[in-house]
Amino acid sequence: MKLWKSWVIARKDFSTFRTKRYVIYSLVVVPLLISIGLPILIWLGIGNAPIPPSQLPAIISGLNDVFNAFSFFFVILAGFLPISIGAYSIVGEKLEKTLEPLLATPTTDGEILLGKVIAAFLPSVIATYAGAVIFMVLMDAVTSTKLGYVYFPNWTVAVILLITVPLISILSTEFNVIISARVSDVRAAQQFGALIVLPLAAIYVATEIAFVSLTPANLLLISAIILALDAILFYVSRATFRREEILTKWK
Amino acid sequence: MNNLTKTFGDVTAVEGLTLRVDEGEVFGFLGPNGAGKTTTVRVLACLISKTSGEARIGNYEIGNDADALKIRKIIGLVPDNVGLYEDLSAYRNLDFYGRLYECTVAQREDRIEHFLKMLGLWNVKDRAVRTFSKGMKQKLAIVRALIHEPQVLFLDEPTANLDPEFQKTVRDFILELKREKRTIFLNTHNLDEAQRVCDRIGILNTKLVAEGTPEQLMESLEGRKTEVQLQQVTPAVTGTVERLGLRYVVADDNRLVIDVRDPEKENPGIMESIVAAGGHIQFITEKHATLEEVYLKLVRDEQ
Repeated sequence: MKLWKSWVIARKDFSTFRTKRYVIYSLVVVPLLISIGLPILIWLGIGNAPIPPSQLPAIISGLNDVFNAFSFFFVILAGFLPISIGAYSIVGEKLEKTLEPLLATPTTDGEILLGKVIAAFLPSVIATYAGAVIFMVLMDAVTSTKLGYVYFPNWTVAVILLITVPLISILSTEFNVIISARVSDVRAAQQFGALIVLPLAAIYVATEIAFVSLTPANLLLISAIILALDAILFYVSRATFRREEILTKWK
Repeated sequence: MNNLTKTFGDVTAVEGLTLRVDEGEVFGFLGPNGAGKTTTVRVLACLISKTSGEARIGNYEIGNDADALKIRKIIGLVPDNVGLYEDLSAYRNLDFYGRLYECTVAQREDRIEHFLKMLGLWNVKDRAVRTFSKGMKQKLAIVRALIHEPQVLFLDEPTANLDPEFQKTVRDFILELKREKRTIFLNTHNLDEAQRVCDRIGILNTKLVAEGTPEQLMESLEGRKTEVQLQQVTPAVTGTVERLGLRYVVADDNRLVIDVRDPEKENPGIMESIVAAGGHIQFITEKHATLEEVYLKLVRDEQ
């Protein structure tokens, strides 16, 4: 497998995505909404009334749980962002009739799929990281101003951003590329692809009702499961990428 | 190709295709929609698998996974849909494919410039392809297929939906490639194009119905005929033709259509006899079936 060919395909996709407005919107608007919206919520929640020093530890402890849960939003975001790109990756090529000449080049299925995965993964992870940095800076600004302490960075968010986010982004990308190769409409691909977010939303709800605690250890366990799923999905994507079916059965 | 067959479930797209296309030859495939032309090209381009039979390109075997990448390296494909990245520039489209075909930077730069200049697209190389006309896109798709200097070129309906001027440009370009001794496999509905460009033609209707040079195919329908226009066809003229042992038809009062096997040898003697019999010759033309007549007859017979 020639990795540079995958990079060539990914770079071409980056250039194409730059012209797709809905891809840009999803990469910019959604992370910004989360990274700016959540700190505003906390700012408004704390209010301007002075906090008695005796209540401060309880408030900080409660907020820390909320911040951990909010940090998990970036895992959901990393699962969500590749949907628009991943869904476009194969279906878009097919709709624009560009897949046949691409498949006619001396490029293997693995090289093409890896290129598609990179094309969806990199922008999604970069957008997630940018959103997370804005989120942490604003949150720290709120807590230092209102409560006199800073919460970020910490080990939980470090595990989330450095391990869980890239792994879930790869999983979502692979899932969406697989879906994309099975359906013939970008919107259908996006709808099916969005299913990847459901288990993540379930984990978020579980943290909110204190069923799961987002400790670094638990996050590492979740990440290990995602890593195993990444490997399985890459194998599945290669096994189910059938050039003939894509070329002859899609209308 | 030897007995090449491709089925999709119960539907046979190509049946028992046996054919040889030599290096440097332009071979045209004619056939109605659904005749299996595109399927054949896709099998040969290793895009879809064959069901049975054998096919080779050079020393490489179609259907052998180890050979598939090598085959794709030596062939160029212009599919029936041009399939260009509309949001990218012409140059970026070609450069992308040049990289996938493993061309060096210098090769990519040289070839892109050479072909785009050759087809009059150099001045618009930085424009997004979506701003191009159909003809410009078609030319660009041909350049894309040539970017790695393939030995074999598959052109699937390269002039479909183009206006006559662009058709001529593309046809002239194919003739230029022919002069460069490239092996070209041309799928077309355009009989005139096939006749002008192809060394040999195959008429496909799932099976190979007929195959030969355009001249051979045209002769195959009616044989060769010489049409003589006289001031008047007299009994003396028809009598002399009969005495030569030739079959003839009096088309009207002043035209005689004579069956000939070898007109280059037979015609001078025939003309001398007619003149000797008092016939006053105005015109002599070779009359033969058109490729369109041959095509329609063969396809209808097959159906």
